[in-house]
Amino acid sequence: MDLLKVNWGRRKHSLFYYLFLASKQLFPLDLYLFSPNPFRFDQPSSSSRLFDFGRMSQAGVDVPAKGGFSFDLCKRNDMLIQKGLKAPSFLKTGTTIVGLIFKDGVILGADTRATEGPIVADKNCEKIHYMAPNIYCCGAGTAADTEAVTGIFLSNIDMVSSQLRLHRYQTGRDSRVITALTLLKKHLFSYQGHVSAALVLGGVDITGPHLHTIYPHGSTDTLPFATMGSGSLAAMSVFEAKYKEGLTRDEGIKLVAEAICSGIFNDLGSGSNVDICVITKGHKEYLRNYMEPNPRTYVSSKGYSFTKKTEVLRTKITPLMERVEITEVGEAMEE
Amino acid sequence: MDLNLDAPHSMGTTIIGVTYNGGVVLGADSRTSTGMYVANRASDKITQLTDNVYVCRSGSAADSQVVSDYVRYFLHQHTIQLGQPATVKVSANLIRMLAYNNKNMLQTGLIVGGWDKYEGGKIYGVPLGGTVVEQPFAIGGSGSSYLYGFFDQAWKENMTKEEAEQLVVKAVSLAIARDGASGGVVRTVIINSEGVTRNFYPGDKLQLWHEELEPQNSLLDILNAAGPEPMAI
Repeated sequence: MDLLKVNWGRRKHSLFYYLFLASKQLFPLDLYLFSPNPFRFDQPSSSSRLFDFGRMSQAGVDVPAKGGFSFDLCKRNDMLIQKGLKAPSFLKTGTTIVGLIFKDGVILGADTRATEGPIVADKNCEKIHYMAPNIYCCGAGTAADTEAVTGIFLSNIDMVSSQLRLHRYQTGRDSRVITALTLLKKHLFSYQGHVSAALVLGGVDITGPHLHTIYPHGSTDTLPFATMGSGSLAAMSVFEAKYKEGLTRDEGIKLVAEAICSGIFNDLGSGSNVDICVITKGHKEYLRNYMEPNPRTYVSSKGYSFTKKTEVLRTKITPLMERVEITEVGEAMEE
Repeated sequence: MDLNLDAPHSMGTTIIGVTYNGGVVLGADSRTSTGMYVANRASDKITQLTDNVYVCRSGSAADSQVVSDYVRYFLHQHTIQLGQPATVKVSANLIRMLAYNNKNMLQTGLIVGGWDKYEGGKIYGVPLGGTVVEQPFAIGGSGSSYLYGFFDQAWKENMTKEEAEQLVVKAVSLAIARDGASGGVVRTVIINSEGVTRNFYPGDKLQLWHEELEPQNSLLDILNAAGPEPMAI
């Protein structure tokens, strides 16, 4: 009977982990509240912890044997919030992401604005993530979540791109898009929608070109053209009007750029530049900043100069890594 | 206008399963919505479990996909161990076990239909809560509310394959006309001793009902079409 209970995974407190992750840049909680941990970068031999907060104290913090979330900090977080500490807000990506299937493969497109509430946190972020040499994934939603779920995340073995690589080593074959799809779907479903990552997954494998959308709750759709994110309605209107089967590469890129531009100009959560990734059989092209329709309009004509120059007395450059020369001497060891 | 794009993906849906003399016909619409936005207007809600058993999914898209994936996996192993195709009853029972044991977490209504050599064509309904009911015909999803009376009047025993399929297409198209959460195209799957046939009826080719208008050409087609020739000399 136990076999038939679906694994619900960690639902309740994962919110705080993502708070922590998103806040790492803005609010270094760990420096304030964790005791300095000289063993932080050691890989503990037995456990494969998902999220290594470092040992809180050397004495008896129970580490779950494999994965699992450590709830140790939840009471402390609650207490801090009650005392008036404002939890750092998520870095959302607003976003317009699109994908379409053309004659020879798949084209993915994304804008490059990352917002934190009403402020643009990153004017040129990368939303098209690498999954495998023949598979790329655009991500909308919380930036940390899309990075974490698709990426190679620190010491974690759980994230999809790493899992795919291990799978490639085991099988000796190129990854298939449905493999990535199933891994992503499983991960997102087990978090019951709390990992706010909406993805457009596209790639070309031995069975042909594929394009899928994955929603935060874990449902997937297979489509010839797809859009996601806050600008998805604007982009979808362009696709619905102009998409047809059997587009050439140039027509496809033009259509994707148009759809992203429509999101950039009509949606407040999307903006800046257009990134495009073209994947065909055996070949991929990542066109970073393919279009830059929002250049800086004012650049000071005088240029910038800094007063109060410091006089350079002495220059000494020390290379951080020693170059080691290896000379092969003698015969290789026999047997 | 409440376009909640973060809402979980749900399939408003109309799903139908009907037995006829020799097999079953399963039918569904193709609309998947997130809040008020149609996320996928051409989704396929009739998923294959084995060569001879299919399931119609309704309710939460994620939950129904996960349940059907698990059951497909179990049935695959079961088929290998058994050495012959799985029966529809076993498939329905597996679906029921998942649905019932996880009833607090899942929100999905399913209709399992197929053909096996022992019982012939069978339809099992597994609604929310996880009961399993063997029925000569089953309807589910939000659009099914509009079809109870229709089926009471229109369904009869021992229909032919063509009659059954016509009935299913008519019913789904009536539900699409009245239910906002159903729409798109009508997909049908016919399963009998000979095998499986999938059919597809695009939304604009369906029969028009009371007060429905002819589908208008999209304004874009008119704009893109060549203008009238200037006065030719």
